[in-house]
Amino acid sequence: MSASDGVAARAVDVWKSYGSGDAAVTALAGVSVDLDKSRFTAIMGPSGSGKSTLMHCLAGLDDVTSGEVWVGGTKVTGLKDRGLTELRRDKVGFIFQQFNLLPTLTAEENITLPLAIGGKKVDKEWFDVVVDTVGLRDRLTHRPTQLSGGQQQRVACARALVSRPDVVFADEPTGNLDSQSGAEVLGFLQRSAREFGQTIVMVTHDPNAASYADRVIFLKDGHIVRELLSPSAEEVLDTMKHLDSVVAVPHV
Amino acid sequence: MFKATLKSLLSRKLRLVLSALAVVLGVMFVSGSFVLTDTLQRSFTDLFSSAFANVDVSVTPKAEKGKEPVPLTPQAISDVKSVPGVSSAIGDVQGSARPIGKNGKVITTSGSPRFGFNWTGTGQEKIRDGKAPAGENEVALGAYLATTGDFKVGDDIALLTLEPKKTFKITGIYEYAGGRDSLGGELSVAFTEPVAQQLLLGKKDVFSGITVTAAQGTTDDALRDAVAAKLGSGYDVKTGAVLAKEQADQINEGLKFFNYVLLGFAGIALFVGIFIILNTFSIIVAQRTRELALLRSMGASRGQVIGSVVLEALVIGLIASIVGLGAGIGIGALLAKIFSSVGGTDLQLASIGVPMTAIISSFAVGMIVTVVAAVMPALRASRIAPVAAMREAATPDRPLTKITITGALVAAAGGTSLAFGFNQASLPLIFGGILVAFVGVALLTPIMSKPMVSLIGRLLSWSMPGLLGRRNSARNPRRTAITAAALMVGISLITGVSVVLTSATKSIEKLATGQLQTDLIVSGEGQMEGEPATFRRDVLTKIEKTDGVKSAVGWSQDGVLEGENQLFAVGVTDMPAMATMFALKPKSGTIAPLKDDQLALPEEMAAEKGWSVGSKVTLQLAKGEPKTYTVGFIWVKSQVLQGALVLPESASANFRSDQIAQAFVQVSPGVSAADVQKRVEPLFADNPEITVQDRSAFVKQTTSQFDTVLLMIQILLALAILIAVLGVINTLALSVIERTRELGLLRAIGMRRSQVMRMITVESVVISVFGAVLGLAVGLALGIATVQALKDQGISEIGLPWMTMVQYLVVAAFVGVIAAILPAIRAARLNVLDAIAYE
Repeated sequence: MSASDGVAARAVDVWKSYGSGDAAVTALAGVSVDLDKSRFTAIMGPSGSGKSTLMHCLAGLDDVTSGEVWVGGTKVTGLKDRGLTELRRDKVGFIFQQFNLLPTLTAEENITLPLAIGGKKVDKEWFDVVVDTVGLRDRLTHRPTQLSGGQQQRVACARALVSRPDVVFADEPTGNLDSQSGAEVLGFLQRSAREFGQTIVMVTHDPNAASYADRVIFLKDGHIVRELLSPSAEEVLDTMKHLDSVVAVPHV
Repeated sequence: MFKATLKSLLSRKLRLVLSALAVVLGVMFVSGSFVLTDTLQRSFTDLFSSAFANVDVSVTPKAEKGKEPVPLTPQAISDVKSVPGVSSAIGDVQGSARPIGKNGKVITTSGSPRFGFNWTGTGQEKIRDGKAPAGENEVALGAYLATTGDFKVGDDIALLTLEPKKTFKITGIYEYAGGRDSLGGELSVAFTEPVAQQLLLGKKDVFSGITVTAAQGTTDDALRDAVAAKLGSGYDVKTGAVLAKEQADQINEGLKFFNYVLLGFAGIALFVGIFIILNTFSIIVAQRTRELALLRSMGASRGQVIGSVVLEALVIGLIASIVGLGAGIGIGALLAKIFSSVGGTDLQLASIGVPMTAIISSFAVGMIVTVVAAVMPALRASRIAPVAAMREAATPDRPLTKITITGALVAAAGGTSLAFGFNQASLPLIFGGILVAFVGVALLTPIMSKPMVSLIGRLLSWSMPGLLGRRNSARNPRRTAITAAALMVGISLITGVSVVLTSATKSIEKLATGQLQTDLIVSGEGQMEGEPATFRRDVLTKIEKTDGVKSAVGWSQDGVLEGENQLFAVGVTDMPAMATMFALKPKSGTIAPLKDDQLALPEEMAAEKGWSVGSKVTLQLAKGEPKTYTVGFIWVKSQVLQGALVLPESASANFRSDQIAQAFVQVSPGVSAADVQKRVEPLFADNPEITVQDRSAFVKQTTSQFDTVLLMIQILLALAILIAVLGVINTLALSVIERTRELGLLRAIGMRRSQVMRMITVESVVISVFGAVLGLAVGLALGIATVQALKDQGISEIGLPWMTMVQYLVVAAFVGVIAAILPAIRAARLNVLDAIAYE
């Protein structure tokens, strides 16, 4: 089985538990999900629902206890460190909640870092498009300490996009930002999916952030329990409120 | 507060180990030096008390100053025998005897004596194999000589004594109490008494001393007084115990100096250690800023925060001192063992002892150094406002103005002290100046580190990991600077010494080519020790007659007395020829053969004595009555011939030995020196202690001792450099911990493990090379300053050891790679997820 056309990343019956014996904690209990290409997907759920674990497993940052994970045409499960490193470098982009940039590099160097690490040439045209989209043209020579939080996060977005990865994973990208900066970042992610066809997967607990997504998947106790397509913030909030009463149903 | 400190200390074992290691090594060096010298001192004391175990009282002729002692006669022995309370009085004959090995070369020792004596059968020597020497051509060997030279009973052995090479039959091999091969690595030979007298003292029926044993009931002291009373003045009468103590004291005085040298190097190592600990604590405190701020916000006072850091330092210092003391005892014991077995001394080691000084100095040094190094960071930590620290633990870029100005002032103070030190020839001022200058330069390094690091880094940053490594090393100039400064200390000292020695070599070479107009130099072993091997006068005549020799000059040498002053004098065969060969220019008087009552001397000596041509000088030679000489010739100060009074050839007869100590040969024009050398060498076939060298070989031999000095210093400074390397490892390891999240990010966005390792390695190499460059620069400055100061001592040229300097640079780069290994592995092994989540 491979991730067929139209699917950027796929999880098949993924289980993930930590520890062993009595102390074992199951973070993911048989999660299967297809993440469509060129879509902006949000993964939501309360604390401890397994949403971050799911993202880490999909991105090759963490291994699965059982099941399979695919990104693009690559089977992630079973890859060794070198393969995982190359996967992260070439097929995946990351945006973290905080500490996204290297303090010793300028904004421009930070953006092109994945390409430099891989020894690849920068596609100048694409770089310009990305930089103009995030609005950082006049900040390229600045060091991270000279940038605001929102600007730093936009640099991180640009970095994630510049290598045209199969999937960009964003882990609470707006968690540390004020609402105005957060809106800018989310708007940018939305545009990337719509205008550039970039697949984006975002983990968040903020209903407002989730409302920017084309599809929202709800996780609870390691199961996918609901999903909404292009919901409003109210719908998301509402769903979240009722998650407690929802009985987990295996995703088909 | 106390509990919190200990908990924090224990939770960071790696940090504890790293910061303690520098102290451990320094303390180890200190206590090791004490243990080593203490053990050796006691061993030598034991050695001499066993060497004089059979001697109750010893009689030797009293040596009048500047005069050779008159040997004892058989009459003196019978006089001693007649003293009541004397059980036995045996005449001793002892003198220099150098054995020639089976390879035809003279067997040497590393300082232990080589001598011959008369076999009396009453000494401590017991025959192990064969029998005592009985005939004129028979000798017995000490077991140690037999082992060293691979001799067996029945073999022949050639010996050099007052007479030229002579061959003997070995009839026996003897040992000492307990089956020991020797008492202390000496090479000894026993002759029959008449042979010993002839070969060792040059005369029949004379003795060099009397060994007296007391009859029962007579104390050594009483015996000594009785013997002294009987013999009257003109004799030294001492008890065996006093003699043993005198000899041991003499050796121990030397060992004390050796100990000071070792402690000096230990001091340098600890000085470097201070840099490392200071740096470690700075980093630790920076990392603990939030923790300390939390304590402050809960009401801990500044004093308590300082106290907690100092307490941490005390605990580390205490542990490090204990470990260092233990390691030092081990190292001291090991070195003593090596000294006794490898050093060719065959010394019976006393039990390893730990003197009180070792324990006290270990703890004092270990604790003080650690606390001193921790106080600065502690003060800084206490000044941080709690809220500021709890926000983001980012290290603020503090301005470098203050530290730079301080550094410039301190460096200037060090330089001034150094200049005064050279001027006054005061060692404390010089060393103090060097240390203070180091501190000053260390304080200046942060400001230098920015341009220097980016320059060095540029060479290594062709790839992204390299660029990141370079940027990381420029990130915290203070940290990089201190780490590099620690490396600077060792390298600059080696470079400085190396500059001085290279300059000295160059100066000697220049002198030799410019002023030494001689083609061949004939000299004996032991020239440097002041008792060179010599050869007979008729050989000099043979040299003169050798085909291709234009002229040959030789001299015998001795100390002579002018009033109370001992002067070095040579009795030269041909004054005009000597003046030509040494390019002597007349200051006053004319160059002419010296008459029997004339002498010549250099202008600086004449000036010191206030003599001029025509002055009368009365000299007491080793033999004969005082004699008055007239100054006939004073030469212009020369670098190749200084400090010597030149006497006519006839004076040699009254020297202790009238044999030739050194000879110089000029070859005829158009004749190759090498050919003449080949013709001259066979004249010394029976005298392996004499070598014939051309000028360049002679210069090389003279300067080769510098290589040994440099090697010794390099070995002793290796510890300081090792500690500096630990510092690099330490800084990198702590930086890796500090940058955990950054490393996690890099790995998350696709940096390979190998790339992470390369990044850390580049950072390490940049720091090391920076340290080496600093060290080379400071070393050059120190070396050149020293050479300038020594201009009057004959070092007229400045020579720079380029090759050596390039080597140090390469070694530093290599050291950087080595130092990076562990931190790089640690960084590469970080779990990406944990690293990103790291707080």
